[in-house]
Amino acid sequence: MLVIICIKQVPDTTQVKIDPVTGNLVREGVPFIMNPFDTHALEEGIRLKERYGFRVVVISMGPPNTEVTLRKALARGVDEAVLLSDRAFGGADTLATSKVLAEAIIQLTQREEVAIVLCGKQTIDGDTAQVGPGIATRLGYSQLTLVDHIKDIDLQAQKVIARRKLEGREEIVKADLPAMISVVREINTPRYPTVPLRLMAEGATITIWGNKEMKLDDASIGLQGSATQVRKIFSPERAKGEILGDGITNPEEAASLLIKELKRKGLLFI
Amino acid sequence: MEASREVFWNIQFGEIVYILAVFTIIVFIYALYKRYKLWKTGIPKFKLDNIGKRLWNFTVSAFVDGIFHRRFFGSASKQGRKGIFKRLLPTDFYPGIIHYFIFIGCIILLIGSFLDFISHYFLDFMHGGFYLGYSLVTDIAGTMIIIGVILAIIRRYVEKPERLDNKREDLIALLLIMAVVVSGFLVESIRIAATELQTNPEWAPWSPTSFVLAQAFIDLNQKTLSNWHLITWWLHSLVSLGAIIYVSLYWNRLWHIIFSTLNAFFRNLDTKGILSREDFSVGRHFGVSRIDDFTWKELLDLDACTRCGRCQEVCPAFTSGKPLNPKKVIQDLREILINSTNSSSKDSQRTGAPSASNDNPSLSDVITEEVLWECTTCGACIEVCPVFIEPLTKLIGIRRYLVEMKARFPEELLNFFENIEQRSNPWGIAPSERTKWAADIDIQSFESGNTEYLFFVGCAGAFDSRNRRVTLALTQILDSAGISWGILGKDEPCCGDSLRRLGNEFVFDRMVMENIAMFREKGIKKIITQCPHCFHTLKNDYRQYDIQLDVIHHSELINNLVREGRLEIKHTGNLGNVVFHDSCYLGRYNNIYKNPRKAILKITNQLPIEMERCYDRSFCCGGGGGRMWMEESVGKHINVLRVEEALQKNADSICVCCPYCMTMFEDGLKDKGAHTKVRVMDLAEIVAKAIERGKIK
Repeated sequence: MLVIICIKQVPDTTQVKIDPVTGNLVREGVPFIMNPFDTHALEEGIRLKERYGFRVVVISMGPPNTEVTLRKALARGVDEAVLLSDRAFGGADTLATSKVLAEAIIQLTQREEVAIVLCGKQTIDGDTAQVGPGIATRLGYSQLTLVDHIKDIDLQAQKVIARRKLEGREEIVKADLPAMISVVREINTPRYPTVPLRLMAEGATITIWGNKEMKLDDASIGLQGSATQVRKIFSPERAKGEILGDGITNPEEAASLLIKELKRKGLLFI
Repeated sequence: MEASREVFWNIQFGEIVYILAVFTIIVFIYALYKRYKLWKTGIPKFKLDNIGKRLWNFTVSAFVDGIFHRRFFGSASKQGRKGIFKRLLPTDFYPGIIHYFIFIGCIILLIGSFLDFISHYFLDFMHGGFYLGYSLVTDIAGTMIIIGVILAIIRRYVEKPERLDNKREDLIALLLIMAVVVSGFLVESIRIAATELQTNPEWAPWSPTSFVLAQAFIDLNQKTLSNWHLITWWLHSLVSLGAIIYVSLYWNRLWHIIFSTLNAFFRNLDTKGILSREDFSVGRHFGVSRIDDFTWKELLDLDACTRCGRCQEVCPAFTSGKPLNPKKVIQDLREILINSTNSSSKDSQRTGAPSASNDNPSLSDVITEEVLWECTTCGACIEVCPVFIEPLTKLIGIRRYLVEMKARFPEELLNFFENIEQRSNPWGIAPSERTKWAADIDIQSFESGNTEYLFFVGCAGAFDSRNRRVTLALTQILDSAGISWGILGKDEPCCGDSLRRLGNEFVFDRMVMENIAMFREKGIKKIITQCPHCFHTLKNDYRQYDIQLDVIHHSELINNLVREGRLEIKHTGNLGNVVFHDSCYLGRYNNIYKNPRKAILKITNQLPIEMERCYDRSFCCGGGGGRMWMEESVGKHINVLRVEEALQKNADSICVCCPYCMTMFEDGLKDKGAHTKVRVMDLAEIVAKAIERGKIK
């Protein structure tokens, strides 16, 4: 049985600046990282491997340099990494991305049955949280989003019991396998890779599938297959509010100003 | 008649003693061989290089440490004693003098016996005045030993200093020495009573102790005396040889005579506590999880330990109430070494993670994780060890195993490791913010040819708001002195110090290779650092990667500039009592003690005030060895202990030369509520205050 983890390589957004003149993202020299939510999906996949003995495959769609991120996943203990990379996949929105990922999962299913597909709840660059559900819908899998605990997987009954973390409440749900589970950060603390695994990952072969292997209709993938298109990127104007004091050079004064203001508005009582 | 030595007086078949001696030597050599085999279970990584230098160092320590006993008296090193700088009193005079009496006494008696042997069989010179002098010297030597042993017994069993743990072998060792010497005196005094007192009483006082003892036997008749002499002579011979056999077979601590001496010869000639590189090829085992993962030299270290406890007395972790005790670490490891049986199957067990089912007891049971992570790598244990043992390298070997093979470490370190790997700084701040400190000044990027020095700002200097002020102060000094410098800006990497001390050698290794590739590409050769940790790492650790960087710490550079008159001191004084704190990585690791003090002298017109523990006996601030990034939950806070020491000296300012020390002292002062009265200043800040910008001489 397989657990498939979908991960994405994203620019380290804390290091992304927006060009004040053009309003474009300055991506030059910004390092790439594994989408932070995906690191938790990855960890959960490896834990499921340890709990139930699944084989764990990590897949990612992206440019060839995504290999670096896939090797990081291998260093944490996944069994195989598949990179979906083709110029034809470029410019994809969530619709076209989920198409490619779903197709890859279908192809993997032909070799081995899939129990769980794990995703991070969303990415830090697009922030849509749509790709996971997109995959589930396309494949007809159960769809469990915002999961913070996988309680049990019953392979006999083909069921998974998981806890979803929703606003102000939690939900314990039972669903049929195969299931797509998107995870929140609280689900686990990702492990640190050991050196033997790192060395293994450095030398491992990464399977690369282009559209030659995937044989998808050009119209359903990449920019052409995307229902949305980027017209402009900008930082939104601050609609209201004001900056009190100078917190950088005089934090103490800024703090007392803030306290005074909160008291004035009746929000703070001391 | 002339006084002369009569060998085998009153003894028949005395030569039997030689046969027994040969037997004793065989037992001794066999025991030594067994020990050698035990050490050889360690990995053969340690290279026996620089034989000439080793011999020279060994000879020097044989004289300096042997005859003058510097390391035993605990006198400060050369740097701490010269010129106008404070003369440090020996910290271990009492134990030093005890050892001195026994050691020198034994050496004299050994030489004496050797001369006796030569005289008897080869050149007959033991007579007349020489013989009387010989009698006097050896008699005094024996007396010294007895006094030494008595003092040692008083110290051990009456005074019971905390650093000594008494085991049966200690008492046995002292009693053996005592038995040999006392039986020797008995033989001699009976002989004196039987001969000299009757024939030449004026000779007898040349053996003063025996002369006094001989008075007890003077009334016995000649027959009784010669019988007693015969008995005590054999007793003395058998006790002496028996002692050697006993020590050989039971591994009594007296083996330190051999092991510690060997260790002095095989000592680390490189920088103190330098860590070895690891070979990261696939399929290997990393770090130390079993006793035979240590090098044979490290195993020799374990045997060289005499349990004197100097290390435990100076260890910041131990003295602040933490479970780490360097002496216990060495002793516990030694216990494992001795109990380890045949490890010839070592290679076959090397394939996977080592299992607990092999013969060797597991290190992790003995050196627990609570112990392991407490080390600040301050190097005080290495500094005070009279026999050149390096406890901290062992701890870091075990840290390596846990980090590299098990990914197991205190949870605070997970973020730290990821931040370093991801963003090359401990806090995980975006590298683009590395130049924020220079927002208001003009700075230049390092360019080979255009700029002479790379100013390696360091993570703390670039990101920590307090230490950024030090960085700015240093740039003022550099500019005033007309030094040509540039920075790497957002491309400046972390040097990797904490990674290495925390045992994350793999990431350190990869990082250093990237860093030196960049240094080479940019043509960087001369580097100024403000952080002693960057300084030490770039200078000494990077050397292992075949790059020779000319690294200078700001305290050295500033003193050079002041001395050369390149900085015009405008304002002096006004700092009140300046207490100076030696950073471990400047002082103990790199022997920089005087430079910062001289600079302070120039500026304040007086030498800084010294704390009780200063120079090479300085006490760590608690921030080294990766401790900066970890919680300190057990015992007292090390930084608070150090701040208390500074406050005892009525400090108005505490001068530091290290960003970690800066943070630790400021936190410690806040803890004591003294931060409003006492300020912590980096040397660069003190100097920058004293000069005016733009006045270049």
